[in-house]
Amino acid sequence: MAYLQLTNVSKGFGSNGTRSEVLKDINLSVNKGEFVAIVGYSGAGKTTLISLIAGLLKPDSGTMTLNDLEIAEPGPDRGIVFQNYSLLPWLSVYENILLAVDQVFPNWAAAKKEQHVLKYIDMVNLTPAREKKPHELSGGMRQRVSVARALAMDPQILLLDEPLGALDALTRATLQDEISRIWQENQKTVVLITNDPDEGIYLADRIIPLTAGPNATLGPSFKVEIPRPRDRKLLNHDPRFKELRREVVGFMQTSKQQQHATLTKKLILPDIEPEDLSAPRRFGSRPVRRNEIKEVAVDL
Amino acid sequence: MKNNWLKKIDWIVLPLIGVGCVLLLWQLSCSTWAKELPSPARTWTNSKDYILKPFEKRGEMDQGILRFTWYSLILVAKGYALALILGTPIGFFLGLSKTFAKTFDPIIQILRPVSPLAWLPLGLVLFLGAGKNASELGALFTIAVCAMWPTVLNTAVGVRAIPQDYLNVAKVLKLSRTKTLFKVLIPATLPYMFTGFRLSLGIAWLVIVAAEMLTGRPGVGGFLWQEYNALIYEHIILCIVTIGVVGFVLDRLMSLVEKRFKAA
Ligand SMILES: Nc1ncnc2c1ncn2[C@@H]1O[C@H](COP(=O)(O)OP(=O)(O)OP(=O)(O)O)[C@@H](O)[C@H]1O
Ligand SMILES: [Mg+2]
Repeated sequence: MAYLQLTNVSKGFGSNGTRSEVLKDINLSVNKGEFVAIVGYSGAGKTTLISLIAGLLKPDSGTMTLNDLEIAEPGPDRGIVFQNYSLLPWLSVYENILLAVDQVFPNWAAAKKEQHVLKYIDMVNLTPAREKKPHELSGGMRQRVSVARALAMDPQILLLDEPLGALDALTRATLQDEISRIWQENQKTVVLITNDPDEGIYLADRIIPLTAGPNATLGPSFKVEIPRPRDRKLLNHDPRFKELRREVVGFMQTSKQQQHATLTKKLILPDIEPEDLSAPRRFGSRPVRRNEIKEVAVDL
Repeated sequence: MKNNWLKKIDWIVLPLIGVGCVLLLWQLSCSTWAKELPSPARTWTNSKDYILKPFEKRGEMDQGILRFTWYSLILVAKGYALALILGTPIGFFLGLSKTFAKTFDPIIQILRPVSPLAWLPLGLVLFLGAGKNASELGALFTIAVCAMWPTVLNTAVGVRAIPQDYLNVAKVLKLSRTKTLFKVLIPATLPYMFTGFRLSLGIAWLVIVAAEMLTGRPGVGGFLWQEYNALIYEHIILCIVTIGVVGFVLDRLMSLVEKRFKAA
């Protein structure tokens, strides 16, 4: 069995009536030490998928195992870089990372912890901002703190949810190299969520597209057979890179077109018919119009 | 030019005009329909001993006004501390547990609007056994029971408003319960808690006067009640002004503290 295994995992939100199915029959297996990138459109359900693996959400159906153990709850064996950074605003950069280090290595001496934290702050070039609070940092700096926090936990598997999304191209490239280097040094298992196919191909062993939602599912995985270390400049001219990018992007585009989605909508039509006084009505709510009760299926 | 100069000092001039208006109304009232009401000038002459020697102690119920204020403040501080010690944890439980909230929310909504005047007799009855401390304990009970609700409710709202992101961090890091409380829940709720603390202080100060009036303890409220019974109406006005000013200063101080926590 693979190290991380998701079998027929489905997840939706809301209850009857307002329910939206987000992920449908997700099957994913990631081997130990593998670097897998998942690319998908905005709103497809990438964050939902990573939250499932993190154990922050429970799947509606299907099974998820990590290291042959059912994923039931979150834990520090999975280091997560949240898309929205999720730093605690009342702690400084240093304290945010120290909080994580404290949890994972409770038996270390204080000096060792401090050294460890400083090492990772330095790795993301934030040494001058060490004592700053998150609200004093730019979006990109916060993202780097978040990356440093996840790495400092030295987790078995790294879950990265668009970790470089808010960064400028140059910093982004630097951190991509950093992630690549860390992965090669430690052979950690990495699941990287991204909306940039180039980033996925540059970093990953395998790139898997997520089809457009609702009911998004994972497409076929494309193996990236470009030897490491990969050179960013040469990569752009590598025929394998171009071919791979064409295939991945092509798959995602057809998946979006094929998604002949029907959207059920409650339309509020112009107010020419009288109010429906027989409809149940709560105090203070707007009266229901007769027209509004119609559900209309719209082809997209 | 002239306009500019006026604008610069209107922060002091306008409030003074406001005070002047009220004094005028007062003077008019006491010279027309309210014959028993002492005039502003008489109030000043009869009260200035208490203001100019604010810390003097001539007798149990005849002391400088700040000395009385000091007694009142000490009692408020004790009752207020009690209100916070009780109110904050109750607020946390209400915010954290749906079951707890459903169980106790109705009773809280019923107890909340009960006036201090209604609580005080119950407080005195509760501590009848305490002998000479009964009036103090009764007053403390009343202050705590009246003043804790804003703290309870604001803390509960604050706990419910904690962003999921912060809770996710606590879950992912597997923070223990106590660590989650001190590293995540309390810091995230602090701004709300301080709003509650400020409102509670206002109520505690309101209650103290009622409590002292009913128990006859030395303090601003007790003094006020005694002078009413002694028909010295000038001192009633002195007490009202003192109570108002002290309440205002307390509120300002608390909102300074509150701002600090909001900014952080
Ligand atoms: N807690 C929730 N309750 C209800 N709906 C949700 C919830 N979380 C996500 N959704 C819905 O699930 C869908 C997928 O959301 P998700 O955040 O996973 O998208 P995403 O792929 O990460 O998008 P992006 O690239 O913009 O971050 C969206 O339509 C969103 O509205
Ligand atoms: Mg997302």
